[in-house]
Amino acid sequence: MRNQAPALIFGIVFGALLVYLFLPGAPSGPARDAQELSKAEQENLAPEAARGGTLRVVRERGELLCGVSQGLPGFSNPDDEGDWRGIDVDVCRAMAAAIFGDASKVRYRALSAKERFTALQAGEIDVLSRNTTWTLTRDTVLGLDFAGVTYYDGQSFMVRRDLKVSSVLELDQATICANTGTTTELNAADYFRTHGLEFEMVVFEKTDEVIAAYDAGRCEAYTTDASGLYAERLKLKNPDEHIILPEVISKEPLGPAVRQGDDRWADIVRWTLYAMIEAEELGVNSANAEQMKKSDNPSIRRLLGVENSYGQNLGLRGDWAFQIITQVGNYGEIFERNVGKNTPLGIPRGLNALWTNGGLMYAMPVR
Amino acid sequence: MGSMIKSWLSGAIGLSDDNALARGFQDPRIRGWIMQAAVLLLAALGIFELVQNTVLNLQKANIASGFGFLENPAGFAINFSLIDYSAQSDFLRAFFVGVLNTLLVAVLGILLATLIGFSVGIARLSPNWLVARLAGFFIETLRNIPLLLQLFFWYFVVLQLLPSQAESLTPGGGIFLNNRGLFVPRILWEAGTFAPFCVALFASLVLGFFARKRFAFEGWKVLGIAVLPPLLLLLVLGWPLSLDMPVLEGFGFQGGISLIPEFIALLLALSIYTGAFVAENVRSGVQAVPKGQVEAAKALGLPSGLIMRKIILPQAMRVIVPPLTSQYLNLTKNSSLAVAIAYPDLVLVFANTALSQVGQAVEIIAMTMAVYLLISLGTSLFMNWYNARLALKERGTA
Ligand SMILES: N[C@@H](CCC(=O)N[C@@H](CS)C(=O)NCC(=O)O)C(=O)O
Repeated sequence: MRNQAPALIFGIVFGALLVYLFLPGAPSGPARDAQELSKAEQENLAPEAARGGTLRVVRERGELLCGVSQGLPGFSNPDDEGDWRGIDVDVCRAMAAAIFGDASKVRYRALSAKERFTALQAGEIDVLSRNTTWTLTRDTVLGLDFAGVTYYDGQSFMVRRDLKVSSVLELDQATICANTGTTTELNAADYFRTHGLEFEMVVFEKTDEVIAAYDAGRCEAYTTDASGLYAERLKLKNPDEHIILPEVISKEPLGPAVRQGDDRWADIVRWTLYAMIEAEELGVNSANAEQMKKSDNPSIRRLLGVENSYGQNLGLRGDWAFQIITQVGNYGEIFERNVGKNTPLGIPRGLNALWTNGGLMYAMPVR
Repeated sequence: MGSMIKSWLSGAIGLSDDNALARGFQDPRIRGWIMQAAVLLLAALGIFELVQNTVLNLQKANIASGFGFLENPAGFAINFSLIDYSAQSDFLRAFFVGVLNTLLVAVLGILLATLIGFSVGIARLSPNWLVARLAGFFIETLRNIPLLLQLFFWYFVVLQLLPSQAESLTPGGGIFLNNRGLFVPRILWEAGTFAPFCVALFASLVLGFFARKRFAFEGWKVLGIAVLPPLLLLLVLGWPLSLDMPVLEGFGFQGGISLIPEFIALLLALSIYTGAFVAENVRSGVQAVPKGQVEAAKALGLPSGLIMRKIILPQAMRVIVPPLTSQYLNLTKNSSLAVAIAYPDLVLVFANTALSQVGQAVEIIAMTMAVYLLISLGTSLFMNWYNARLALKERGTA
């Protein structure tokens, strides 16, 4: 008779596995998770929220994981020393300052437009601060939550000067290059359709490839957020040979996003942003913040944590806003430092001026 | 030793030899069934658990799930499609555009790679020193440079070298090559003439094949049988063809057929890279044919071309086909690198663009994987069938 021991052992192991996996109360991974989560489920919270929230996870880790672009000057771009710089980067640094009292406790993850939402959904990053447009779809079915607007932008087109085109409406039958996975793709299709124009779209995942293709003459125009066009134009061989057409065909409110379901974490991002804008409104900046602590203005005293402790309401340190302002700056400083008139980008404040100066930047009251 | 373990085990789980269950379990056939059923059940339960858990977790994270999104308008444009598509088409159509574009480049790539592979592989064994060395150089260089780099080379370097549309390279006849791609005339058929032509062509191809098989017709005669009738039909129909020429208007060529540079670059890179591997397979296949066969054929005074076609290759094919299959599978899967150079294949259109617009990674990636799996299984099945056919002949002639 053949030796049947191996087959028997096999059968027993399988049987045991079956019992282990599917008997009620068995300590299988999913089942245990489900038990742990049942409380959270009742309160309709996201998994992290059940484990004490993203804030606790970040504190325990000792650094903030921040999703940024793969290199967009002025917004998130590594400088010559390899340190990340830009408005989007400063939002993350401000959050680290508010949470740890140290703006440098951030680890950055460079993400393409296509990767960014999956990375956030999967928990690879705590916050996505990557020139991302706030839209209904993203705010709802993608499981994201936008915490505010750091930069009001709109989509434009760049063409070679020698094409002798002065309006997007002259681009009938043209080929357009863009990034895949963006609002850009959708807006362009809408715009050409509404104006009865034909066009051909060539889309790449990486911006460097879009730029290379545009530079090689694959397309007449390159389209993305206007800020992005100013930034990417600097990467071209001869930036002066390219012009940005006057039309702004869409609204692109760019801002940081977190996972849906952890409201306290979203609050922290939101109020970090407001603290920076409020500081500019109140005339508090990185240079005078220490002095301003002695100010008689109750709004300033509240913001800097001299009176009341709003930081604690957020689950943060009492001097959260003071740390943000001294280590990173107020919104105006951040804007001017990264994209303002004295930078290669040279972008005027425009829509991004304070509401008191005719712009849209408006902080909810810190009180 | 084995029987000791067995008796210990059957004791341990409470089975004794006179137990009916134990006897059933000792029958290898019944035991086989039980075990297969157990494995199947386990797999089914595992999959069920996985799916349920995923759906639950997605709901908890407020991420949409299900396939309802396929009916929503896609909203983005695609610049190369074999079927009608516009930004208002739904995601399902976008999916099929991607599938067809992947199939197109895979099928053409496989044909070209085979052509290149067989030519270079045979050239590699040429008695002509220069030809053999050139073929060897081709193989060694191209096999050892990563495909992605070759793709970028073909795309960006060639794009830079090609002239603008206004200065297109043209050999005349309505063919233009420039940095927007290759433009060729399109054949226009008068209404209702295309279908009969196709039927005629198919019928005469079958006829030609039959003539070759049954009556050992060769060369020109076969060609004549296969091509003349459809041509005659066209003449009878009063030559219902006209050419739609590509013409430069404004920013682009209108009319004709256009092949975008992304397609050309991807096709070239895939077929040349894979062709280099196929060439090596061909070389080893040819070298596996016993020397005596060639010597015998030479002794009979057969010309070398005929020796290759009639004596060496048919036998070499049995060695060539199995590794050839895996090269075909590689080519198909490698076609997903298209995304790097903006060729709208399945991965770019669906797993990239559609995914970032609707965010349903699980559904979209599952659909994408299923397509690659189906294409690969189809290729494997076909090649296994072909391989079996070759092997059968061996038994017949032996
Ligand atoms: N705001 C748009 C577009 C964002 C986008 O991806 N822009 C490109 C071009 S400005 C980019 O960030 N490139 C930098 C990179 O590739 O990381 C969106 O949210 O969809």
